[in-house]
Amino acid sequence: MISANLSAIFYLISGILFILALRGLSSPETSRQGNFFGILGMIIAITVTFLTVGNFSNAIIYVLLFLVIGGAIGAFIAFKIPMTAMPELVAGFHSLVGLAAVFVAVSAFLNPQAFNLGSPGNIKLASLIEMSIGAAVGAITFSGSIIAFLKLRGIMSGSPITFIGQHFVNLLLGISILALIYYLCTTQSESFFWGMIAISFIIGVLLIIPIGGADMPVVISMLNSYSGWAAAGIGFTLENTALIITGALVGSSGAILSYIMCKGMNRSFFSVILGGFGGETSTGEKQKKDQKPVKSGNAEDAAFLLKNASSVIIVPGYGMAVAQAQHALREMVDALKKNDIKVSYAVHPVAGRMPGHMNVLLAEANVPYDEVFELDDINNDFANTDVAFVIGANDVTNPVAKTDPKSPIYGMPVLDVEKCKSVLFVKRSLSPGYAGVDNELFYRDNTLMLFADAKKMTEDIVKSI
Amino acid sequence: MEIDPFIFRFSIFILAIFIGYYVVWSVTPSLHTPLMSVTNAISSVIIVGAIIAALASSSNNIFETSNIFGFLAIILAAVNIFGGFLVTQRMLQMYKKKKKDKK
Repeated sequence: MISANLSAIFYLISGILFILALRGLSSPETSRQGNFFGILGMIIAITVTFLTVGNFSNAIIYVLLFLVIGGAIGAFIAFKIPMTAMPELVAGFHSLVGLAAVFVAVSAFLNPQAFNLGSPGNIKLASLIEMSIGAAVGAITFSGSIIAFLKLRGIMSGSPITFIGQHFVNLLLGISILALIYYLCTTQSESFFWGMIAISFIIGVLLIIPIGGADMPVVISMLNSYSGWAAAGIGFTLENTALIITGALVGSSGAILSYIMCKGMNRSFFSVILGGFGGETSTGEKQKKDQKPVKSGNAEDAAFLLKNASSVIIVPGYGMAVAQAQHALREMVDALKKNDIKVSYAVHPVAGRMPGHMNVLLAEANVPYDEVFELDDINNDFANTDVAFVIGANDVTNPVAKTDPKSPIYGMPVLDVEKCKSVLFVKRSLSPGYAGVDNELFYRDNTLMLFADAKKMTEDIVKSI
Repeated sequence: MEIDPFIFRFSIFILAIFIGYYVVWSVTPSLHTPLMSVTNAISSVIIVGAIIAALASSSNNIFETSNIFGFLAIILAAVNIFGGFLVTQRMLQMYKKKKKDKK
């Protein structure tokens, strides 16, 4: 048993280690050390908690048992999960944090003595508000993340689900949560507490169902942020510095990532939240594209163009990951490099389905991270490049975003692919991307469409080089 | 007049938000996915609350409702802690291989 003051110091130390864990991610070289700091911080926090409680009843056996069971499940998932499924995994993990926050809040509500918060029916007002906020945000995070998980996994359709008066219903439910918290504080009655949690679960579902598949990167970042605020709310209840610091870090981290994703799509945060984007395709545009001529080629044509180039920029998108073409792509790049062709990769902020997803997929295929460039760093190079090889990306290369104010993606930062001498566009068909917008690039004179599965096409090109 | 301890915790909270703001902006965009998985792992420090809840004994029964919620929260948080850190480690390992490959 150690004193409360001493344990508070240790919690502060683990909070600092968590800050260093995030700091380490500023470069790939320091990142592994950062992760180690994070693990160390967690070990300190857990050990100190055991020592502070001190009173080891039989329950300790079960605590350790459940710790091991959970840990084994977590470790198993971590080693088995394919990198393409990272977005689902992260969404799933968010839901666990949310639910854990709810459970801890419930537990604190039922047994407040254990946390020094008063006695049942007579809980300190501040603690009651804090645990209510923690539980409500946790519940929203949980059910919202479950919906996000189902959508990303493809179990649920990615198209937005909307109904009349949706925003009004959400507003009403939001107000009723506040009202229930108010009544909970005045009456200390259990039923208000359960009611508030139930409504929070419903709100979480309603908030995420209207958001379309294209906006999923924002949703994941947003839920990341929520899980942080939920942790912070519980941190206030438990008067625990490590939890407060971590909650604040995670909350702001998720908020910044949401902002970066919104900027990458030129969408305001509120329009994403209000939802309804990325579901419909206008028929007018479909007719238009049938009339326009498209140049298409085969693997030999592509190999010829690539071999005679002196510089190539690869533009990968989520389609590449779906087709599992990243390894074939890397073989192609190796073959090109043998011919002294300069190759780099251009990654758009919203390529993939979560922030930085494409970078991880390329890293998995052994692409050196210093050959992968962000939009701002590489966009000026397209004009001096011979061939752009677009594989699995679509909307992020569409010049319409720069030229047509009427287009839904107008103003979105795009890769200036069309400035290359020639563009190779690997795609199954001429169908529009997530945003439901026809890509003008298909009909340019310097574009050669390669209609095929991304993996097969890339493999064929490797053979022809 | 004495300052409510809540204000001190609130100060820590606000300052940590600022630290988070600056630290996260300095994270390189290529590591944004590991950032998300590691924030996931560290937010599971909520397990601290779960352990207190599970070990709290108001009676001889170690399976009071509040304890059971604590046990459940421990499982959830443990999945997240191990899963989060290990998957982050796995991703970061891939970034390392590349460097060696090149040199």
